[in-house]
Amino acid sequence: MIVELGHFALIAAFAVAIVQMIVPMIGAWQRWTGWMAVASPAATVQVLLVAFSFAALTYAFVTSDFSLRLVTLNSHTDKPMLYKVSGVWGNHEGSLLLWVLILALFGAAAAWFGGQLPDTLRARVLAVQASVGVAFYAFILFTSNPFTRLEIPPFNGQDLNPLLQDPGLAFHPPFLYLGYVGLSMAFSFAVAALIEGRVDAAWGRWVRPWTLAAWLFLTIGIALGSWWAYYELGWGGFWFWDPVENASFMPWLIAAALLHSAIVVEKREALKSWTILLAILAFGFSLVGTFIVRSGVLTSVHAFANDPERGVYILAILGVFTGGALLLYAIRAPQMQAKGVFGVVSRESALVANNLLLAVSCFVVFVGTIWPLVAEMMFDRKLSVGPPFFNAAFTPFVIALALLLPIGSILPWKRGSSRVMRAVWPVALLSVAVAGLIWAMQTGRSLGGPLGAALGVWLVAGATVDLMTRTGRGDLRGRLGRLTRLPRADWGKALAHGGLGITIFGVAGLTAWQQEGIQVLDIDQSMTLGRYEIVLEDVQRIQGPNYIATQARMHVYEDGRDIGVLLPEKRVYPVAQMPTTEAGIDNGFFRDVYAVIGDPQQGGGYAVRVYIKPFANWIWGGAIIMALGGIVSLTDRRYRVAAGARRDAVPSGGVPAE
Amino acid sequence: MKVWLTVLLLALASPALAVQPDEVLDDPALEERARELSKGLRCLVCRNESIDESNAELARDLRLLVRERLVAGDTDTEVIAYLVDRYGEYVLLNPPATGSTLILWGAPLALLLLGSGVAVLHVTRQRKSAAPEGLDPEEEERLRALLDEDAKG
Repeated sequence: MIVELGHFALIAAFAVAIVQMIVPMIGAWQRWTGWMAVASPAATVQVLLVAFSFAALTYAFVTSDFSLRLVTLNSHTDKPMLYKVSGVWGNHEGSLLLWVLILALFGAAAAWFGGQLPDTLRARVLAVQASVGVAFYAFILFTSNPFTRLEIPPFNGQDLNPLLQDPGLAFHPPFLYLGYVGLSMAFSFAVAALIEGRVDAAWGRWVRPWTLAAWLFLTIGIALGSWWAYYELGWGGFWFWDPVENASFMPWLIAAALLHSAIVVEKREALKSWTILLAILAFGFSLVGTFIVRSGVLTSVHAFANDPERGVYILAILGVFTGGALLLYAIRAPQMQAKGVFGVVSRESALVANNLLLAVSCFVVFVGTIWPLVAEMMFDRKLSVGPPFFNAAFTPFVIALALLLPIGSILPWKRGSSRVMRAVWPVALLSVAVAGLIWAMQTGRSLGGPLGAALGVWLVAGATVDLMTRTGRGDLRGRLGRLTRLPRADWGKALAHGGLGITIFGVAGLTAWQQEGIQVLDIDQSMTLGRYEIVLEDVQRIQGPNYIATQARMHVYEDGRDIGVLLPEKRVYPVAQMPTTEAGIDNGFFRDVYAVIGDPQQGGGYAVRVYIKPFANWIWGGAIIMALGGIVSLTDRRYRVAAGARRDAVPSGGVPAE
Repeated sequence: MKVWLTVLLLALASPALAVQPDEVLDDPALEERARELSKGLRCLVCRNESIDESNAELARDLRLLVRERLVAGDTDTEVIAYLVDRYGEYVLLNPPATGSTLILWGAPLALLLLGSGVAVLHVTRQRKSAAPEGLDPEEEERLRALLDEDAKG
């Protein structure tokens, strides 16, 4: 019964979205206040309906209702509760339901917090947002209905893909979706502004928090996915340039560019049409990502024919929305006139360079991702584009971006001078010195380590200097005191930039100084790797809730000092008939000791693989700091003041004017 | 797709984690070269993995083949040529920049140059074409309307 109500609520939400798409748009065009006013309540009703629908599906998963096809295919009674819940979005249909739920949530949030927006703009934004919703509701209801029943329900389900039964991956999709779909707000604002025909500083200010929120969710989502790959896939890789990973990385890069160009619109009323274009592209790439993940066209070229309906449908959505928006852009963009002028050496110019580098680096990822498809269709060449290409083609952009960042972030608006260089010279010297020191200390000949360390220091120290210059002149104590009173946005900026430096350093350090040992060990035998000694003490079979595991007990000594026991496992999930590896990791600030247990060998003993992964946690630590920077920035006074002003305005409106 | 999936599942059903102890060559220099080569070679039945990281049986065969060729005295280029000869350029994770693949390498560079050109033009020209700072007539009117409203309220 609840399931049927959920199905019905989804259809009702579809209907509400159609109304929300049409009525306010006409209202805004004809300046009919009543019609425009439909938008906000419709957005609220829509989100309530989808939320109910989503709750109904979750209920079916939690109670293991195997009369639902989706539950049978993706769940099992023995599965732990956490994965029963995460199983809701661990499949095509359910994840699309989560997609529309978040889409409706963002739309409703714009209705609830958009009191400051001009009526016509709010109506148009909500109408555009609803139109995206309509497309996806139709997609779900007509091709991927999660509420399909089975005529003869089986006794038990087929279990969720074991790789997805992991806390890191349970929350990876919701965060990614909050990011992907959050960019729909920027898209809706861009299209509404194009229809409206005006983009000004206020528009920049409205768009920025939404983009910032989407970007920080994407950052967390990508970091979670990368962390999961690190500990789950068994050899400690953290990024593979897989099409599905690239699908999330492309919107992240464009969102980062949009974030920065929207600042220029807000502060200086320049780069307007470029910002609009980025807003369209950011969501466009989200749709491209959805298409890649959902159609399977790129993981295997042949999968396309497997489910042409779904792939073609998403491609159509992608074409209509991105194409339509770009057409509108081509017609209207020339009207966007810049106001603020700026010198060749200025913060604006630096942000133009930032945008150029981010956009082109996104293009590198895009071309590399789709190239196998293009090569096969147009040149009849069957080839692969993998990590070696991406590493070679993408890294130069990261280096250029990192080199530019501290200088650009410290340059004043409008016109810069050489005074700025005086502030960053010490930072540059420090980074070069650190690089030289590491070059001298390290045993290998790798250039990556010292370079990464230099960039890391350059970014972190640069962010610190950036903060300090904001405190003005005077003695150090006074300046440190003022540090705490700086706007949150300044802190957010410094955190995000510093976090990037930490991530870059982590990636470079891990890649350059990783150590690996592969050996056959009998019980009570040991192996030595650098300063570490690992003793294989025991191997036993253990029974999990829905899996059987071979668990090894390994004792780790650092320079003879006991630093603990690692328990790597090899699991087999009998229902899904799939094995997984669970690495045993000793997390440390400077290094991880990473152990994996392999197969029993013919001559006795087990294959044991141990890695020393220096600075591994810095990669995700940096990402978390970046996201934290986004959060701190979102709590900045001007956003709160704007919200507060609205609250104050309500009672004063009720007082008779005398 | 079904075939690939079956192959994938079969490969996973007998898990052997990437490089096995018995594959490692005695000569560390040769082993190092084998590892470097393996990272650039695709496991043909996997989704997007190099033979160095893949658990598939075929990846193991390819790893052994690479080592065999190295022990036989092949140079890196010869090993790669040998594999491309047998499996086609699909086996290379880094497609050689020849023929149409030049576009793959050239397109980003072209966009970078084009983008830089446009950006430089925009930055140098915008000072002349920008509208004067301040309010345009339409904005003046909106401001007046708002102020009037305020005065009335």
